[in-house]
Formats: sequence, structure tokens, C-alpha cells
Amino acid sequence: MTLAASNRSPILRVAMSRDDLMMRLGVVLFAVVLLVIVGLPLWSLLAKAFEDRDGKFVGLANYVSYFSTPALFDSALNSLHVAAVCTLIVVPLAFFYAYALTRTVLPVRWLFQGISLIPIFAPSLLPGLALVYLFGNQGFFKGALGGPIYGFDGIVIAQIFYCFPHATLILVTALTTADARLYEAADALGASKLRVFFTVTLPGAKYGLISAALVVFTMVITDFGIAKVIGGNFNVLATDVYKQVIGQQNFSMGAVVGMVLLAPAAIAFLVDRVVQRKQVALLTARAVPLIPKPKLGRDLFFTAFCTVVAAGILVILGMAAWGSLIKYWPYNLSLTLANYDFTNFDASGWDSYFNSVEMAVGAAVFGTTLMFVGAWLNEKTREFYLMRGIVQFLAFLPMAVPGLVLGLGYIFFFNAPNNPLNFLYATMGILVVNTVAHFYTVGHLTATTALKQIDPEFESVSASLKVPVWRTFGRVTAPICLPAILDIAIYLFVNGMTTVSSVIFLYSSDTKLASVAAVNIEESGATAVAAALCIVIVITSAAVKTLHVLADRFLLGRLQAWRRR
Amino acid sequence: MSHLEVRNLSKRYGDFTALGDISLDIAEGEFVCFLGPSGCGKTTLLRAIAGLDPQSSGTIHQKGRDISALPPSKRDFGIVFQSYALFPNLTVVDNVGYGLVSRREGKAAVGRRVTELLTLVGLPDAGPKYPAQLSGGQQQRVALARALATSPGLLLLDEPLSALDARVRLRLRHEIKALQRTLGVTTIMVTHDQEEALTMADRIVVMNQGAIEQVGTPQEIYRRPATAFVADFVGSMNFLAGTLVAPDKVKVDGFTFDCTAQDGLAPGAKVALCIRPEDVRVRDLPTDIANRVAVEVAELDFVGAFCRATLKVQGTADVAMTADFSSNLIRDLGVELGRKLDVALPPDRLRVFAA
Ligand SMILES: Nc1ncnc2c1ncn2[C@@H]1O[C@H](COP(=O)(O)OP(=O)(O)OP(=O)(O)O)[C@@H](O)[C@H]1O
Ligand SMILES: [Mg+2]
Repeated sequence: MTLAASNRSPILRVAMSRDDLMMRLGVVLFAVVLLVIVGLPLWSLLAKAFEDRDGKFVGLANYVSYFSTPALFDSALNSLHVAAVCTLIVVPLAFFYAYALTRTVLPVRWLFQGISLIPIFAPSLLPGLALVYLFGNQGFFKGALGGPIYGFDGIVIAQIFYCFPHATLILVTALTTADARLYEAADALGASKLRVFFTVTLPGAKYGLISAALVVFTMVITDFGIAKVIGGNFNVLATDVYKQVIGQQNFSMGAVVGMVLLAPAAIAFLVDRVVQRKQVALLTARAVPLIPKPKLGRDLFFTAFCTVVAAGILVILGMAAWGSLIKYWPYNLSLTLANYDFTNFDASGWDSYFNSVEMAVGAAVFGTTLMFVGAWLNEKTREFYLMRGIVQFLAFLPMAVPGLVLGLGYIFFFNAPNNPLNFLYATMGILVVNTVAHFYTVGHLTATTALKQIDPEFESVSASLKVPVWRTFGRVTAPICLPAILDIAIYLFVNGMTTVSSVIFLYSSDTKLASVAAVNIEESGATAVAAALCIVIVITSAAVKTLHVLADRFLLGRLQAWRRR
Repeated sequence: MSHLEVRNLSKRYGDFTALGDISLDIAEGEFVCFLGPSGCGKTTLLRAIAGLDPQSSGTIHQKGRDISALPPSKRDFGIVFQSYALFPNLTVVDNVGYGLVSRREGKAAVGRRVTELLTLVGLPDAGPKYPAQLSGGQQQRVALARALATSPGLLLLDEPLSALDARVRLRLRHEIKALQRTLGVTTIMVTHDQEEALTMADRIVVMNQGAIEQVGTPQEIYRRPATAFVADFVGSMNFLAGTLVAPDKVKVDGFTFDCTAQDGLAPGAKVALCIRPEDVRVRDLPTDIANRVAVEVAELDFVGAFCRATLKVQGTADVAMTADFSSNLIRDLGVELGRKLDVALPPDRLRVFAA
């Protein structure tokens, strides 16, 4: 009797607790926020590309005219060409550098690691400026390249500097996760060093290599500052967007170019997702970390290699710093601080610098809160799969969207007269929101990873003890994740200081940022002043990062005694 | 009245049925073990009872209250996970007091209760330490104290001992059992360790592939396994393939064994005749004893307290069984490889299952 009855018993619907209800509300709210700061601006951009200058729907007309204008279409090819060449150079370079950092015994390893990160703290403008000093029409080594630096060569060299740390970081991670036991097995089988490299090391770093290649490719295609400074007449997609929007005020065509720019970035992103998904299975094995043993010949070779690369980075940074201190290049090489008196060159003077700091702090505070709480809501809410899926998608979207494209979307969305959020336009607020949105994915991923690493049963325990879930968030989850929270905040601060591409359309005279001011000043020909501004940015973000590292090492250890065994 | 009534509980993941139509009663103050091989649905059942992963259909009543659709926070239970899930950034005192603080009891009252609990689990001095500074066994006791802090009516333990080494596990078995007896709290423990279940439980629920095979006291489960699965899973068991020739006679390769009358099986049915190795009799066999067979010792494995012998039944092609011989017996009878002797299979110790 019971069997027959049970088969017909209805599917059970479980009542929601107050916690469940609140968390679901939170997820919905969070989804709305992401929709406003990511989804809708992109949607506006998409729509704009189908309108003429007066806002009338013209179907594909803009796209037709884009592809039938050779000058515009050539830029797309140029972009692909530069990106491909940079990827082919940066990835091997970064791979050997990362290999040296993780698999050989380097003297002052920390220094080499630190130097490789320097470019992260600089606006992309900086390598461009340094190259102008080195190889420009009045440069030290002009003609050394057998042609003018402006154009393809300049862009490639500057991009190598700019992309190098990002590729290195990814590859260091990929090489650190190697399993020492594989090497022992290969050794025991008597495989030659070269064979071990090709059969164990390279395949082990395969996903890292693919990921690094995609990141470099996307960065080069979407970066704006370098092409702007050193591109000369060599047009690329990113400069085209800028010219269409700022130069010709042709927003529709700007939107079309933006969409074209979006395509390779989005494809690269999708490929990366597929690759990453495969990697997860690989990492679940219980690996034994590999600790390199000294070996003279190899260590000497890689020390030399790293020294050359590090020197290259330092020369570019040093050149920009030196240039910023010189009275009148190249005629009067005596040193001066006059170039740091920005009031003489730009109406906003030092204000732009303080705007930048204000914006970066704002982005760090607002962004970290949003990212961590949002990731927590999305991770810990029970069931509610559809909404959580939507949130996950929206949180991943910014990774695939170049800054320029997002910035354009912001103009169209927030500047629309009928948008109730219109008041945000041309305020510091919109710059903060835009920066948070632009860098959303990495912060979200960092938070999610940290949350996945803590015991999934904390919430179950709280529920059984009748403790509301937000209390466990405040007393347990957030404190445990403090290192990740700080990482996100610093990441946002540094990127807020250096970003150019997405905010270049959004500032007003009161809210001009240092990185944007540097672009404007460079445009007016005052290279030394632009370099000075870049150096101030580097010093600020590097100082904050150094503080973070020190705090992490000394302060956090003391505050979080529970981590010690 | 029973403390917990589970009726027709099912849990499906897509097409996969993790629990199929489970019904179960658990009495007030009882210590029940869910025992079964990995993946049989023990954890799933426990989590459904807690409301953490609700069932697809079926009902659960606790003390007469229908809790089938309640979220975990509205149910009355304390839980200890295999990972313990201690909050690493809180001291032992704060961990144990975690559920007390939100109940608006005075600070002093909470402090007293925590001290009382820590003494109860034998860690009176661990209060100011952090979980990472404790051994596995100590962490497990803190988790237990935390689960008991709010005096729940039902204590749920998911493989609480499996992360510990053998010695600590033995000691904690007794401690948990003693604690449970003192407090009288109804307890469900999930385990795949049969020894743990046999020593700790008042009743054992043996599960297999999402269904209950048998519910009974440890004695019943061991002495009278209801199914071939239980017979095989709990303890060691010899399975001899045969045919039921009369209600109380099984024929195995020419030999006919007497057994207790089987009413569930028709004569002629293919059956497995089962006997535990320790039930094989060797000493002082009366001449007219039932089920007497001549065997040859084919293997002899030293297992410590006793030897496990593989015995080939003489006059059959390949009928063999294992039997446990004490060291004394081996010495007294001079048992060695190749030695021929007579053994008897006592009919009341034989179990018969449809094959
Ligand atoms: N979320 C899920 N989705 C799909 N299948 C699941 C899920 N959770 C559990 N299962 C399946 O349900 C079955 C029972 O799982 P359960 O965790 O209850 O096993 P268990 O008896 O506790 O095993 P163990 O001793 O290994 O812990 C398993 O086959 C498992 O693969
Ligand atoms: Mg389990």
C-alpha cells in the first residue's frame, strides 16, 4: 500500500527561512546593480550601432559603411597583426621568465619578481613616452631601428613592456602548480632534461600558456594609450574609436568600431573559459609542490636571461623618469622638477592627481564591498539557480569587454536624457562605477575562489545553531577572507590609478583623472610633463602595493593569530 | 512515541534516485547508525532529516511535528560534519558559544554553559585556543560540544570519526557513546565502518543503493542478517551455493545440510547457504552431530588473535569455506596445512538466502 501511495506523493516544496528570503532578495538586488553598471550600457552601445547621427534606426547601414571604408577596415587588420606579433613575442619571453622564477635557483629572486611587476603600476602611456625619448625623432638612438619608432615597431615594443607582467603572473601560477612526483617519475625513467621539458613541463603549463596568450592578445587589441602615443599614422581599432567619438563626434560609427573591437576580445574570453573549465579537473589531483635544486649551468643561464629582461623593464621606466626630470630635451639635459608643476601645462594641475586618488579609493571601497558581498550572496544562496546564473554571467561579462567599449556604452546609457540615473553623468560617481564595472570580473573571481576554499558547511552549522546567516558572514566568512578582500581592494586601486581607456569618455573638467590628463598633455606636445604625471602614478600605485605586501606579511600575521599552528 | 518518523522519503538527482521510498522510526533517546557502503545514500538521508538537502518527496515528523518542509533553522537538531566545520578564526570558547550568544542569554550564563560543555567533552582547558592548535580528536570534541550547546533534541553525526587515526577513533567511540547515554539525546550517526556501528549503536540501519536493507540491534544484524547483502557487508560470511531440497534442507554439491525451516523459499530454489567463520565447530564433535563434513586445511592465515583457515570440503569439486581457529585450538589439534579433520556447521547458525 505504501509503495503505490508514495509514487503519487507530490514533489515537496520547502518553505524558505528568513535567511533564504533575504539572500534571494540580495541576489536580485545585486543582479539589478550589475545590469545597470554592465548590462544596460552594453545594450545601449549595441543599439547605437544601428542608429544614424540623429538617432534614427538605420539597420546595418553603419556596419556596411564601416566595412566599405578601407581606412577603417585596415585598422582592424592592423590591430590583429600587432596583437598576433606581440603575443608571439611576449608569451615565450614571459614563459622563460616564469620558468626561471619557479624552477631554477635565482639570486635575489624576489627582486626579479618585483621588477617584472612594475609595468602593472604604470599607465599604458608610459612605455610609449619612454620609446619617444629613446628612439623618437630626437631620441638617443634614433635610427637604431632602421626606421621611425612611430607605428608598428613602437607599438610592439611598448606592448611587450605593458603585457609582460600579466603573462608572467599567469605562467608563474601555472608552473607553481606542477607536481614534483611527475618529475621524480620522469627522472626515475631516465628521461633526458630536454625530453622532460617537452613531455612534462610544457604540457603541464599548457593551459597557462593558452590563457597567457589570450590575455596578451586581448590586452594589445583593446589598449588605447600606447597606440595613441606611439602609433603615428598606424591606425588601430582602439584609436579609431577615440577618433570617431572625440574627433568627429560620430557616436554611431564609434559604436560600430566598438562592436568590432568587442569581437576578438569576446572570442578570446570564450576560448579561455572553455580551457579553464578543462583545467579544473587537472588541479584536483593531490600534487606535491616542486622545490628547485641548485644547478650551476642552468641557474647562471637563467640569471643572465632574467637580468636582461629586468634591465629592459628598468630602462623603459628609468627613461620615462629621467625624461620627466630634464629641462629641455634634447638640448638642455640639466635636471629640474619644473615638469612636475602641472599647473603650468594643464588647467587642472595637480587636481587631476588628487582626482585619481579619490577615484581609485572610491573604486576600491565601493568595488570591494560590492564584489565580495555579491560573490558571497551568489555562492551561498541555496537553489535559485536561474537568477544566480544570470548574476554569474553579468559578473563575467566585463572581462570580455574592452574599456573603450564599456566607456562608450556608459555615454549612451547614462547620458540619455530619459535615464533617471542621468544625474551621475560627468560626476566622480560615474568614474568610480565605470572603473568598478570595468574590472569587475577579476575581483568577483578572487572573491569566489576565496569563498569556495572555506568549509561549505559553515552556513549549515549556523542554521542548525539558529544563528542568522549574516552574522556568520560578519564574524567568520569575511574575517577569514580578509587577505582576498585586501587583494581585491589593491587591485581596484592600482587599476583605478592607471586606467585610461574606459574613463577617457566620461570625465568632466572637475573630475579629470591623472592618466587622462597625461594623454591630453602628451597630445599638446609636452612629453616631459606627461612622463612626470605617469611617474607620479607609478610611485603612488607601487607604494600602495608595497604597503599591502608589508601589511600582508607583518600586520595580518599578528591580527590573525588563528592562522598559526 | 518515536522521536523521528520518516515516511516514504525519496530523493532524486535528475534521473538518479539517491533515496528510494525510505520509511523509518527512531525512538526517543535512541542511538541509531546508518551503515552502508560508499554512495549508498547515508549522507543524503541525514541531510534530508536536517533539511540541508530536502527530500524530493515523503514526510518527516519530529516529536509529532511535521518538519518535512521546514528550513534547517526551523528544525531542532545539532550536527557534526566529517570536516567538523569549526570556525578557524574563533577560539574554542567562541566556537562552542556560537549558538548561545544569539539567544540573548547573559554573558555569564553563556560562559558557564561553555565551561560545562568543555568539561563534558573532556577539554576543560582548551577554551582560549584556536582550532588549528588542536589535534584532530580535540577538534572533533569541540565540534561535538558546539552541536550540543543549544541542547538540541536530535544530534546528527556524519562520519564524525573517519578523519581520525585508529587509536583516537577507538577512544572517541566510547566517549561519544557514554556522552550520548548521559545526555539521553536522540542520535543518528552515519558511518561506513561496521565495527563502529556494531559497538556504538542501539539500532543499526543498513543501507544499500538508496534503500534500507535491514533495521535491527547490532545482535540481530550480526546474528540474523535479513538479506545476503547484510550478511556479506557486516562481518565475514561464507557463501555456499546450493539448492533448497526441503523447507529445512539445503543440498550443496552432493552434501545435504540441515538448517532452520525456510518459509519464504520454495523447495528447488537456488540458494546461498551462509555461515560465519567463527561458527564452524571443530572441537568435541559428538558422533551424531548434524552437518558433519570432512575437510582439508588448504590455507592458514595468521590474523593475530586467531588464524583464518580455508577448508576444502572433501568429496566435492571446489566447495570451500573459511573458519576461525584460536591459537589454542591450533595447538591442541595440531592444525596445519594439509591436515584433514571433521567440522560441523550448527543448523541454528546457518542462514539461507535466495541466490
Ligand atoms: N548533488 C548531487 N547530485 C547528484 N548526485 C548526487 C548528489 N549528491 C549525492 N549524489 C549521489 O547520491 C548518492 C548517495 O550519496 P551520499 O553522499 O548520500 O552517499 P554516502 O552513503 O554518504 O557515501 P559516503 O560513504 O561515500 O559518504 C551517490 O551515488 C552520489 O553520487
Ligand atoms: Mg557520506
